[in-house]
Amino acid sequence: MFAYYFELGLRSLRRNPALTALMVMAIGFGVAASMITYSVFRAVSGNPIPEKSAQLFTPQIDSWGPQQNLKGEPADALNYIDAMALMRAHRARRQTLLYGVGMSVLPSGNDSLPVAANGYAVYGDFFPMFEVPFLYGGGWNTADDDRRAAVVVLSEEFNQKLFDGANSVGREITLDGHDYRIAGVTRHWDPQPRFFSLFNTSGFKDATDFYLPFTRALDVQANPGSNSCRGHMDFSGWDGWLRSSCVWATPWVELDSAVEVARYGKFLEDYATDQQRAGRFAWAPNVRLRNVMQWLDYQHVVPPESRISLLVSLGFFAICLVNTIGLLLAKFLRRAGEIGIRRALGASRREIYTQYLIEAATVGLAGGVLGLLLTTVGISGVGLLFQPQIARLAHLDFSLVALTLAVAILATVVAAFYPAWRAARVQPAWQLKSN
Amino acid sequence: MQIKPILAALRRHKAGTVLIALQIALTLAIVCNALFIIQQRLAHMSEPTGIDEANLLVISNQWAGHRSPQEVDAQIQADLAALRQLPSVRDASPSDGYPLTGGGWDNYVMLTPEQIEKTTDASVYMGDEHMLDTLGVKLIAGRNFNASEVMQMTSRQVVIPPVVIVTKALADHLFPDGSALGKPIYSMSSTPSTIIGIIERLQRQDVKTWSKPYAYESLLWPMREDTDGLYYIVRAKPGQLAAAMRAVPQALYAQNRMRIIDPKDGGTYAQIRERIYDSDRGMAILMCIISAVLLAITAAGIVGLTSFWVGQRRKQIGVRRALGARRGDILNYFLTENFLISVGGVMVGTVLAVGINLWMMARFEMARLSLAYVIDGVIILLLLGQLATLAPALRASRVSPVEATRST
Repeated sequence: MFAYYFELGLRSLRRNPALTALMVMAIGFGVAASMITYSVFRAVSGNPIPEKSAQLFTPQIDSWGPQQNLKGEPADALNYIDAMALMRAHRARRQTLLYGVGMSVLPSGNDSLPVAANGYAVYGDFFPMFEVPFLYGGGWNTADDDRRAAVVVLSEEFNQKLFDGANSVGREITLDGHDYRIAGVTRHWDPQPRFFSLFNTSGFKDATDFYLPFTRALDVQANPGSNSCRGHMDFSGWDGWLRSSCVWATPWVELDSAVEVARYGKFLEDYATDQQRAGRFAWAPNVRLRNVMQWLDYQHVVPPESRISLLVSLGFFAICLVNTIGLLLAKFLRRAGEIGIRRALGASRREIYTQYLIEAATVGLAGGVLGLLLTTVGISGVGLLFQPQIARLAHLDFSLVALTLAVAILATVVAAFYPAWRAARVQPAWQLKSN
Repeated sequence: MQIKPILAALRRHKAGTVLIALQIALTLAIVCNALFIIQQRLAHMSEPTGIDEANLLVISNQWAGHRSPQEVDAQIQADLAALRQLPSVRDASPSDGYPLTGGGWDNYVMLTPEQIEKTTDASVYMGDEHMLDTLGVKLIAGRNFNASEVMQMTSRQVVIPPVVIVTKALADHLFPDGSALGKPIYSMSSTPSTIIGIIERLQRQDVKTWSKPYAYESLLWPMREDTDGLYYIVRAKPGQLAAAMRAVPQALYAQNRMRIIDPKDGGTYAQIRERIYDSDRGMAILMCIISAVLLAITAAGIVGLTSFWVGQRRKQIGVRRALGARRGDILNYFLTENFLISVGGVMVGTVLAVGINLWMMARFEMARLSLAYVIDGVIILLLLGQLATLAPALRASRVSPVEATRST
């Protein structure tokens, strides 16, 4: 029966080509607009580290006070004093501080020009904490952190650029005039959004080239890409800056159970209380401990443009569906005579209802196929609509194809509920009489 | 034209009537807000920077290898001397940022040294005595820096200059009575800086939403920054920007090769604007496409349903024609019918449009929808409805009175 109704549906589509084309286009455009904007939204709002996002936390401590903090919230990073205090206390299984650094590298070759490289200063725990995959070698250990070792981990892409992809572990590299021994090369690893480094930047940035020990970076006085300060900035020199109000270091801790989370939260409170008692803070403890998804949400990582365009597209799709309801109604009721005859010949209301829903599903399928074509075109042109760092994340995969077709068919069938119900209610006697 | 019989007829087509009205209402709600978003984004993109954009070139210069601050400062001075001698270059200045950098340095500004909460926030530009001429900004009061006032700032060494030039916007915010010239200000320090000059307009380095309350509030420090890198702002002679773009990197590399010029930062103002406003431009394009397709689909939907009604009522139309109704009467009937439905739709749509805007204001820091957009939207949709009805209504008016005698 299904095949027969499907065929009837196809035949009916051919009967009113203009009306059919209109419906198919409405559904196609509606679903394509929704899917294009959804593909971007999906990319920017996803969980960058699903297996561990609930165990990774970033502590915040208010060192600015109620008059200068962020409308009651502590700063988005720590100053040197608080950051070091957390590391010394070592209350989490794994912990790291990090900040972004830019350095220059001189590739080998006689007339090569120096190139810029972006990296992070991190602790050795960074690699196991964030499950960074390695191609060659590995990270460094706590002892290397403590002895401020001149080691570095390169990304696969940067290793490709500098060493043509060869195993470079053990070789030396010069960053900003200082030598480092290569400890490892990561596999391609670029979580999107880059949840661990959101201080004064968006979550969508150029790829990372290298990682070096935080302690070593301080020794060579590698400037953080960004810092935020309060009060009087009358420090002079690197050490003065370290002791200032300026925040720049992002801390992360790994806490495996609710008990550990509660214990760490208590530790932060106690630390702030101690600072208050010691006279460093003139205010009550104001600390936060957010996990990855809470942090992404708090930092508004999803650009408002992405949200607004998704919502507007969904509204657009809703209008297309209202339009489809009207057109289906016109299309079905135009065949009231035909329905009357079928009913008189013994078809039940249920059969009429089913037949028309299946006919609507064929319209939905056609709309879905058109929508898929438009989505493919749209995603390739999405660079026109969003920033390049975000646009390149949108892609068409199997799940999006399936979703496009499913949404198109389902939405059209739902839109057909009322028109099909009206069709099924056609009075056979009345129709036969007027003929 | 009698409205009563039309209303009576509509009552027999409740579903179709409600669907068209609903579609018009939703379309109005979305199109109003989309037009408003487009206007907001375009307005943001067309904000002037106050500088001679057509002739400016910004070079992002990072030092490679390790150098002492003295070596860096000597190199900067040599670079600048070389740039200023280029035949295509009018002037050049070092700087820590440029208008529309999309980030950069901003400082809190206070009126007294003890103040803890800020009076306002200003974008901080560092440059030498050539900065004003290089940018092409207009000095409207006071004087420019002189060469002896230009200081050096090395890494992590905060130096507060005794003199500062501010924009009119910053001067007016700090001293609303217009007495800014000669007054001291404090930018995150207990050391005062005296305002020696006021420039007409200079856009901030960052133009994101958070900086809107401080629009155009910028200050200039007479300073060269001897840290990891800096920007060279270069003003080409009129019409010689292309020549300068070729000559400037060459001249810099000829001075010293151990530097990195970032191709993704700076550039001409066409490139800088393209980069900083990319999400605004994308949003405007997307809203344009959606509005256009939406209006087309709504119009097509009206054509479809009206055609269906015309088809359904051929016999009644024939009867009316046979009883003496003229073609114009039939045409008028359908146009009036659509007008009545559209008016119902736009009334609901206006409420929806304002509702969506209020929700977006709360959620996305959107501005208040001005009434003009609602009125524009209402006019667009009423006209659209009439145009969409015209074709089926004309077909209806051509129904011959003979139809009355046919059995179907």
